[in-house]
Order: sequence, then structure tokens, then C-alpha cells
Amino acid sequence: MENALKILVPVKRVVDYNVKVRVRSDQGGVELAGVKMSINPFDEIAVEEAVRLREAGTASEVIAVSCGGAACQETLRSALAMGADRAILVESDIELQPLAVARLLQAVALREQPQLVICGKQAIDDDANQTGQMLAALLGWPQATFASKVLPGDGTLTVTREIDGGLETLALKLPAVVTADLRLNEPRYATLPNIMKAKKKPLEVMPAAGFGVDIAPRLRHTRHAEPAARKGGIKVADVAELVNKLRNEAKVI
Amino acid sequence: MKTLVIAEHDNTRLATATLNAITAATRFGGEVDILVAGHRCDAAAAQAASLAGTRRVLKADAAHYADALAENLAVLIRGMAGSGGYRAILAGASSFGKNLLPRVAALLDVAAISDVVAIDAPGRYQRPIYAGNVLVAVESDQPLDVLTVRTTAFDPAATGGSAPVEPVASGPDLGLSRVTGRELSKSERPELGAAAIVVSGGRGLGSGENYQRLLEPLADRLGAALGASRAAVDAGFVPNDYQVGQTGKIVAPGLYIAVGISGAIQHLAGMKDAKVIVAINKDPDAPIFQIADYGLVADLFEAVPALTAGLA
Repeated sequence: MENALKILVPVKRVVDYNVKVRVRSDQGGVELAGVKMSINPFDEIAVEEAVRLREAGTASEVIAVSCGGAACQETLRSALAMGADRAILVESDIELQPLAVARLLQAVALREQPQLVICGKQAIDDDANQTGQMLAALLGWPQATFASKVLPGDGTLTVTREIDGGLETLALKLPAVVTADLRLNEPRYATLPNIMKAKKKPLEVMPAAGFGVDIAPRLRHTRHAEPAARKGGIKVADVAELVNKLRNEAKVI
Repeated sequence: MKTLVIAEHDNTRLATATLNAITAATRFGGEVDILVAGHRCDAAAAQAASLAGTRRVLKADAAHYADALAENLAVLIRGMAGSGGYRAILAGASSFGKNLLPRVAALLDVAAISDVVAIDAPGRYQRPIYAGNVLVAVESDQPLDVLTVRTTAFDPAATGGSAPVEPVASGPDLGLSRVTGRELSKSERPELGAAAIVVSGGRGLGSGENYQRLLEPLADRLGAALGASRAAVDAGFVPNDYQVGQTGKIVAPGLYIAVGISGAIQHLAGMKDAKVIVAINKDPDAPIFQIADYGLVADLFEAVPALTAGLA
């Protein structure tokens, strides 16, 4: 285990994948009251990958970290129930934008000295797809985004990435940042015994202010709106009617 | 008010996403520079110079830019941003732009704005969040904004320009990463992100063989690009680069034909801006029918060959 990796996995608390979000009447954001919250699905894939590497003996420790309010402790417990060894909450009640999160994660990485950070490629709330790349920039580490396969070697990491034209394989020097795409793995379900065990695993709470980094929002989100709903059309009876409509009504073929 | 567009290219040709990003850059109302960083990339630089709206093409030619590695490019762009006096740095919201621009923004200590669909004024943008279910107005007072732009929201730049190509000094080779392999899909069909017609298949096709046997002849007949739902990609029917949706490609063709796709919101996020949507599905309650202009409740194994024949 001498060369085994210490892995940091950032996780975000987001509106659950299955919830249909609604814009608040003041347009200041989406309705979060009474809405089911979950761990970001891409972060779940990142946790799974890290835990698998530890189970294979490639990693020595998996540390989950979340930045946000006290409720993020639930999200961290989800990661612990999947198999993370311990957790850190960087607690802040102000809105944290991707650059602020990257700065906080940089501070945690400098303290914990992991050889690998595995993030989800994007959060399904703001769909920003930025934090992993920003963290890699701040640390001066290489990055492999949109990963579908991760193979650790001796001081290096081979990562297959999903890119627009197909697949690309990168060799990275460690330490490095990887962001997980959908097909990296299928995350396990936490079992009840593991959920119980997770309650006893260490979870450290650190105030964001204690890190002394600039986390003020740089952008203002001034108005939220639901895009005009697409109107449903008609059902056609058969292929002949479909071809006729496409030719003579829609005129698209 | 100058802007800098980061070209995506294979050293020979520009990706179409770059043409959309140039149009977005012109919305800032000033001069548009294009950075072509690559290796032996004269052809790509010449193409950039031929685009209307381009003030000049900045060419950084070095072996360590051959594969568009984010680490080396980000350092180069940071240096250029400092001396260039740019109000914004833009790229298409492709896997290239999404990989690179957040890294650039962090090096410059500015926020990045992803997937911009409208530029109302410098510092005033709109972008979708929550899988396209919410559109948010973003305001920035930063002196420099870093943006990826959704390609379907901006027309591609036209040709007809003749901008000068000026060499710029290369940055360092950080040696942090290297490309060891690529498996790129080869296709004679139009590019999925820019096609006028898209034929897309889902889990209902049952297998990769069925996908090919049924959808390829239809796409051939229409001159269409081929796409797929996440379910079809996960099941191994088609490669990952076929995926349309929140985390795949965003398309807005004139005609989108969804075959055997139920219509999860994550899929709709990638195609609901199509002008005309056709859905073929045997389940009359499939959510795809709620947004389809023309819905056909039918067994796709009979309907698709009949449609292909009917278009002859």
C-alpha cells in the first residue's frame, strides 16, 4: 500500500434527478422548499470509482468533501454509505459559485495532499461543468474531463475520455484531477448496514471562512424563467399520413 | 471592445462550433480575434482568416499544441488575455470548449459562464440550467468574461473575410499530460450538432443490429445525422458520441425523428429546440408525444421501413 493513492471526492447536494423543478414566483431562483435533495448523480459515479480503486488496493483512502450549508452532511453520509472512509464539510451559508468551490477544494487539497481528485463532470442543477477544470488550474495539476475509464499506473494515470468525435485516451502525471462521465461505472446502492455504519464514520466540519479564500459570488443570477413550453402536436394515423404532413404541411423533407 | 475566440480544429479544419462562437463574439460589437493554436495548423488558420467578422488570426504553432491539451493551451491563453485587452474570451460549448475554458477562467481569476444561449449586452447573458427547464439571466461586472456558447443558439459565421494571420509566441510545454490514443467515429453523414435532419434511436430498437438495420437506411434517404438516447448508448447500441441530451450533444435541426425513445427530460433537453419533432413509439403514453409535432403510435419495426420506403 506504499504507493496507494489518497483520493479526494467532492460531492454536491442538488435537487433530485427525478424532480420537475419550478421557478419561484419572484423569479429569484427555483422552488427548493419541500423538494427532495440528493447527491449529484455524477458525483455518485465519482465516489463509486474512488471506492472501487480502494477495494482493488490501488487507493488507500477515500475522502468525500462537500461545500455548502449544514444540510450537505446528508450528502456526505450518502458518500460514506457507499464506502468513502471519512468526510469533510466546508460549511458556508452564502451562494457558492464554481470558482469559489474550486478555491475551497484547493485549500482542502493542500491540507490533505491527495494524489487524485475525482469529481462529477457537472452538477445537474447549474449544469456548469466547471469546478474540476478550475480546481486543476488552481493546483497546477493535469486534468482529464468526461472520463469513461480510469487506469492507475506507476505515478501516472491513463484515462479514456468521451469527446465529441468519439473517445480519447490521455496519460496524466499524478497528482491529477479527473471528472466522471456517465459511463465510468454504475454506482452501487448503499445497503442498510452500510448506511448505519456511515453514521459512525468521521465527518469533520470546517467553516469556509477559516480558509481565508475569496468565495464571494462573481456573477448575479437576476431572473429565472421557464422557457416557453413546446406545444404538443397531433397524432398521425399511419406512415402515409406522416409522410404527407412532413412534405406538405411542415415542408421539412 | 475586443473579443478572442479560441478555435477548435484538427490543424486542418475548424470545427463548426468555432463558426458559431465567432458569431456570438460579434454580439459584443467590437473586433474579433481568433486564436488558432496547433501544430502545422496553417490550413486551419487560413480557414479562420476567411471568415467574415474576423479582425485577425493569431497563430501559435508548436508541437505541444498538436493535441489541444488544456494544460498547455490555458497557459498560452492566460498570457494573451493579459496583453490583449479583451472584454471576452469565447469558445463553442463542445467537449473542447467545456474542457478548456473553465481552466482558462480559473487561471485568470474570473468566473466562467457555460452554455450561453443569448448575449443581450457585454456582461448580460442568458443560459439554461436544470437540463434546460429554467433559463437564467446572468450579470457580470468582470472586466473579462469567459464564455462557452451553445452552438445551436448562434448561426455559423459566413466566409468572405480576409484577415491577416499573425504568429504569436508559444507558451511553455508543461508536460503534464499527453494523448496516447483516439478512437474517432468515421462517418460520411453530416455532423450531429450541425445537421438539418437528425434520426435518433432509443432503447425501443432493442439492439445495435436493429439500430443499424432500421435507422441507417432512413438517415441515408434523408441525408440525416444519426443520434441516440442515453439508454441506447448505455446499452451499447451505438458509440458515446451519438448521445443527444443534457450531458450529450445539444441539437436543433429542422427535423428530429425520435424512434423508440420514451422522452426523459434529460433527452428532451438536447433536442426540444428542433423545428419539427416526429416521434415513433408503440407506447401511446410515452412523454415524447407531449412535445412531438407529429406522433405515430406504432411498432417501429414496421413503421420505420415503411417510412424509409415512403420517402423514396
